Amino acid sequence: MYIEVQNACKKYIQDGAEFTALDNVSLDIEKGEFICLLGPSGCGKSTLLNAVAGFEKLNSGSIRIDGTEVSKPSIKNITIFQNYGLLPWRTVEKNVELGLETLKVPKEERHQIAAKYLELVGLMGYEKRFPHQLSGGQQQRVSIARGLAVNPDIIFMDEPFGALDAITRMKLQDDILKISRKAHKTIIFVTHDIEEAVFLADRIVVMMADPGRIKSIVKVPLMGHRDRTSADFLHVRDKIFELFNMKSDEYIEYVI
Amino acid sequence: MRKLREVKNVVVSLIVFVLLWQILFITSDFNENLFPSPYMALQALVETVTKGVLFTNILTSLYRFLIGYLASIIVAVALGLVLGQLPGVFQYINPVVQLIRPISPTAWMPFIVLLFGIGDVPAIVIIFIAAFFPVLLSTVTAVRNINPVYLKVSQNFAISQPELTWKVILPAAFPQIASGIHLALGSAWIFLVAGEMVGAQSGLGYQIIDARNNIRADILLATIIVIGVIGIILDGLIKVIERRILAAWGGQV
Repeated sequence: MYIEVQNACKKYIQDGAEFTALDNVSLDIEKGEFICLLGPSGCGKSTLLNAVAGFEKLNSGSIRIDGTEVSKPSIKNITIFQNYGLLPWRTVEKNVELGLETLKVPKEERHQIAAKYLELVGLMGYEKRFPHQLSGGQQQRVSIARGLAVNPDIIFMDEPFGALDAITRMKLQDDILKISRKAHKTIIFVTHDIEEAVFLADRIVVMMADPGRIKSIVKVPLMGHRDRTSADFLHVRDKIFELFNMKSDEYIEYVI
Repeated sequence: MRKLREVKNVVVSLIVFVLLWQILFITSDFNENLFPSPYMALQALVETVTKGVLFTNILTSLYRFLIGYLASIIVAVALGLVLGQLPGVFQYINPVVQLIRPISPTAWMPFIVLLFGIGDVPAIVIIFIAAFFPVLLSTVTAVRNINPVYLKVSQNFAISQPELTWKVILPAAFPQIASGIHLALGSAWIFLVAGEMVGAQSGLGYQIIDARNNIRADILLATIIVIGVIGIILDGLIKVIERRILAAWGGQV
């Protein structure tokens, strides 16, 4: 397996009380998969993501990527944050070039790579703007371009569209799906939005809170282009709703 | 339109001030050599200008001010950037800083004069001390208050020291550091005069002592006004510089 999470446990002390964010979580992910971690707040989905990305240490258990134990963040695995994490004192172009500077890419090449990925996310002509001059959706596109620019193996996304309005969110979902198909990246995507998970994921890891654990893993049998209104889509969505016990009885009778 | 109203406010404020001064001059029974009128102060100002004394003293004072203030900022910001990232070390340094900080820089004056003699150095040292602590503490606080997401991003993109400090931490902390630098300017200028009154034979502070020794209250008042005006100009200059840097770093001005 490409990513192996084995018996991951993580506890926090919060206001004197112990809180189990991850209780014996095990998960295998294949290379090139699009995985959504889905669940209510407190289910440990962000903790799991941060642990795989190397930002948080587990109390026990192990996480391996490509056979190597994860101990700290790596430039090969990029995280996209909900609040974008753009550096406000750098222009859009300089933000995208941030990781390329670490990789000692020559200046001329940095410009070319930045231009390429800004075009990919539809932000040609915005090179010299500062982040505060862009909308939230555009800022997140810059952040995605910055992540793709270093050609990472894995992209971690921590509720990346959570702060955006519904329409912008759907547009970005379309784009990230296209990008993931084109670039063949392994993507781990945290969300609490069921439709978002069904729209994006190859597999949905459904998590429950208190203690944080995996309830089940749902394979999404939708291929290629996904239609939010198709019968298949709604069928998968209903299955997830059931897992959260959110489908009312009358609705089931109506379907029967 | 707003600019015009601001100019009007300044003019009215100054006229009222000069009028009150004149009324006080007429109604009080102080000797006019000890409490001169606004016009006498103006004449004294013209006298110091035509003799060339004022200009030389301003240059001397500004020279000392710039050296002391700039040196203080450079050392304090550099030290603050380091200590802000080493909370474990700073907790041992902070008690001493808190002990020294409330001591008026003038209290060091006799000590400084004994060590360095009379001249440029005591004034420069006093300005250095006056600006040092506000800049140091605002830098340490600014570094500690940096949005953690910038540090996470830096970690993710493998930005290590020293790049981390000048590429991420300094610009992220700059707005708060700038307000410390701005605050320090006022106190540094205040203590320049104090430093020159005790430890120098030239400069605006010395011009005040010299006027007192010659019982020239008119020159004394003229000098005081000049010190105030230069203080305002310096404050305006630093505001412009601050805004330039913030704009270059994508801040909302």
